[in-house]
Amino acid sequence: MLKDITLGQYFPGNTTAHKLDPRTKILLVVLYIAALFTAKSLLAYGLLALTLAACVRVSRVGLKALVRGLKPVLFIIVFTGILNLFFTPGESDLWAWGPFHVTETGLRNAVFMVLRIMLLIMGTFLMTYTTSPISLTDGLERLLNWLKRFRVPVHELVMIMSIALRFIPTLIEETDKIMSAQKARGADFESGNIMQRAKAMIPILVPLFISAFRRADELATAMECRCYHGGEGRTKLHVLRYAGRDYVALLLGCLILAGVITLRCVGL
Amino acid sequence: MPDMIQTENLRFAYPADEGAEPVYALQGVGIAIEKGTFVVILGHNGSGKSTLAKTFNAVLLPSEGAVYVEGLDTRDENQLLSVRQRVGMVFQNPDNQIVANVVEEDVAFAPENLGVPTEEIRRRVDSALKAVGMEEFVTHAPHLLSGGQKQRIAIAGVVAMEPACIVLDEATAMLDPIGRREVLATVRRLNREKGVTVILITHHMNEAEDADRVIVMSEGRPAMNGTPKEVFTQISALRSMGLTAPDTVDLLDRLQKDGFSVPLDALSVESCAEAIANALNETEREG
Amino acid sequence: MPVLQVKNLTHTYGIGTPFQRSAVEDVSFDVNKGEFLGIIGHTGSGKSTLIQHLNGLLKPTSGQILLNGKDIWAEPKKIRTIRFQVGLVFQYPEYQLFEETVYKDISFGPANMGKTGEELDRCVREAARLAGIRDDQLEKSPFELSGGQKRRAALAGVLAMEPQILILDEPTAGLDPAGRENLMANIRDYHRNKGTTILLVSHSMDEIARNADRILVLKSAHVLMDGTPPEVFARAEELLGAGLDVPQATRIAAALRARGVAVNPAVYTVEALEKELLALRKGGRLC
Repeated sequence: MLKDITLGQYFPGNTTAHKLDPRTKILLVVLYIAALFTAKSLLAYGLLALTLAACVRVSRVGLKALVRGLKPVLFIIVFTGILNLFFTPGESDLWAWGPFHVTETGLRNAVFMVLRIMLLIMGTFLMTYTTSPISLTDGLERLLNWLKRFRVPVHELVMIMSIALRFIPTLIEETDKIMSAQKARGADFESGNIMQRAKAMIPILVPLFISAFRRADELATAMECRCYHGGEGRTKLHVLRYAGRDYVALLLGCLILAGVITLRCVGL
Repeated sequence: MPDMIQTENLRFAYPADEGAEPVYALQGVGIAIEKGTFVVILGHNGSGKSTLAKTFNAVLLPSEGAVYVEGLDTRDENQLLSVRQRVGMVFQNPDNQIVANVVEEDVAFAPENLGVPTEEIRRRVDSALKAVGMEEFVTHAPHLLSGGQKQRIAIAGVVAMEPACIVLDEATAMLDPIGRREVLATVRRLNREKGVTVILITHHMNEAEDADRVIVMSEGRPAMNGTPKEVFTQISALRSMGLTAPDTVDLLDRLQKDGFSVPLDALSVESCAEAIANALNETEREG
Repeated sequence: MPVLQVKNLTHTYGIGTPFQRSAVEDVSFDVNKGEFLGIIGHTGSGKSTLIQHLNGLLKPTSGQILLNGKDIWAEPKKIRTIRFQVGLVFQYPEYQLFEETVYKDISFGPANMGKTGEELDRCVREAARLAGIRDDQLEKSPFELSGGQKRRAALAGVLAMEPQILILDEPTAGLDPAGRENLMANIRDYHRNKGTTILLVSHSMDEIARNADRILVLKSAHVLMDGTPPEVFARAEELLGAGLDVPQATRIAAALRARGVAVNPAVYTVEALEKELLALRKGGRLC
């Protein structure tokens, strides 16, 4: 069950999508999200879906892995879809039953909303699939560098994020182990009402938290032993440098956003 | 030339509850560890051996007395980074000392902190991974490796600082026999080929067989300090400190009591068998 | 009739994915009532997967587990009752402690069985005594105990269910030699006094050799050997080839044989080897 979580997973590769500067990829995702929220027509969504398909093809990640990433948020997608489908006020009903109305606007909204969420998630996941968490956080740190002038602890925040990502698989494995150990003592996670089930989680959560604190403590010592002393004077194994492909990718991103804006302006 | 590590009347107490008397985990340790040696520190749980290790690179500072690393006082805050760069530390749980999701990034962590230029980091990462025999795993995810492999990555992460000394604080305790062998072979090679001083903290006797020196900690003090042969032949003293002599010495001791003329200090399996075979040959000749 | 029968057990992970892999393949063996069975095999040999089938934590891909002649999966809804009859103590069990007091933590298992009142109290106190927990420690928080005591508290948590079969996965991992010996002594006493069937998984050949009546050696998902300690250690070469250790006494015996001393190759304790050598000296050498 816990193995389904794909957030922050990285599929190593050597494609153009992998080689792009992480800053470029983050900016592209921002442009893509802006475009998704501007899009108002099937044509525009089609254009954006096509863009994503092209990126997936370049990255060779495989559509399957991307669709698997949707699983944990399936509920939200379905829920938003249903909400929009049945509860959007509109002119003429296509179908009605009691308080449920399906209007043409509703249908449009529902389809667009579902498309938007799906494309948004898949686009973001494509970035995390093709970018190692380290270079992703590295890129983020560089992009947000200007915030340091306002005393925002950018380096520290980014370090926290990357360590959290590093420990996700470790903690998932640990949760599995603790669950098995408690099951071996007859713990029952599968029956009872919500309250009983919530209570049944205590024997898992307490050991998990204790272990997480112990790990944090040991990791902090280990980091200090390796001369960690904050972001000051740090150098990098991989220095980020924009290459030709980054400029091309950013230009394409801007063009697509411009295209979507134009489509909206002409009412398509 | 100063010693790699030298302690002078070192005492250390963990912070006590208010009003309570501080309990000293280290009660006056004065030892010197020469450069380029392979030293094993033994002791039962609670003997102070891990506490001692943590004073070697200023993770813990002496409550009384002093620790010098190549002559540098560990209490001098201005020297903190120089001390830590000189004495690298590998801990027990491999999962809790790996910082990054990719092997090479993890190995690069220390040189990055030290402000080493990028090209030099690359060189150090590659040579450190080669030194621990993990060069094929440059871009792997550490959490998918075996325990022994993870510990070798942790060692590489320390080697990349180019330290003069590596301390392994029970770094083999959580590993299976194969992982243990991998880690020991790795540090032995570093000691032999690169002249790195190795301090191995453990409670596995057989890891100490071919050390240059063995220090046995008990009640916060070094109770024994000598070559493996000198230390392991003192069977009853070891037992009283919650440790056991290697089976080879145990057998030789029994045979000696049975009237065999065997020495006690044939530590390795081969030399032990040799000694017994010789003794048997002699009795045969006499008989 | 054997108390536990494993029949053609296969467990395959990731069926239908490129990662498909059998952790256990066509494994069969019986365990007799009151037996002390040692299970050995290095990481990845399938022993963790195997033991998690014996109390129904994992479901076989194919094959059967019979407890007292009955398939444990005959009524999947009642699988929890199997877990009370086959107690499983995981590796580093102290990481599963969660209650406010040691007493409450030990009572988690028996309370899940539906025990209450005096019956529950008796189970908890007896288990604590068997595992070597003192009465005054019962009202303490488990997190105040020392490492070794935490492990005993966790062990008591399983003993309190009064299982017919007790499975121990590396119960002494990470303990020092004295701690190992003390804990094993407790387990031996428990076995002797209660007559409970015990399955001990360990990396340490010495530990298995000293305690088990019978040894099961696993190698890459299969049973490599199944026999009494002398039967298994007589095949020392094969064990070493499988990346496993053999007891030091067995290795000394092999080294002696290589020198023309005709000791029994299947000895596995220092005491037995001593006896062999004494007999040889008396009777002259027969090579």
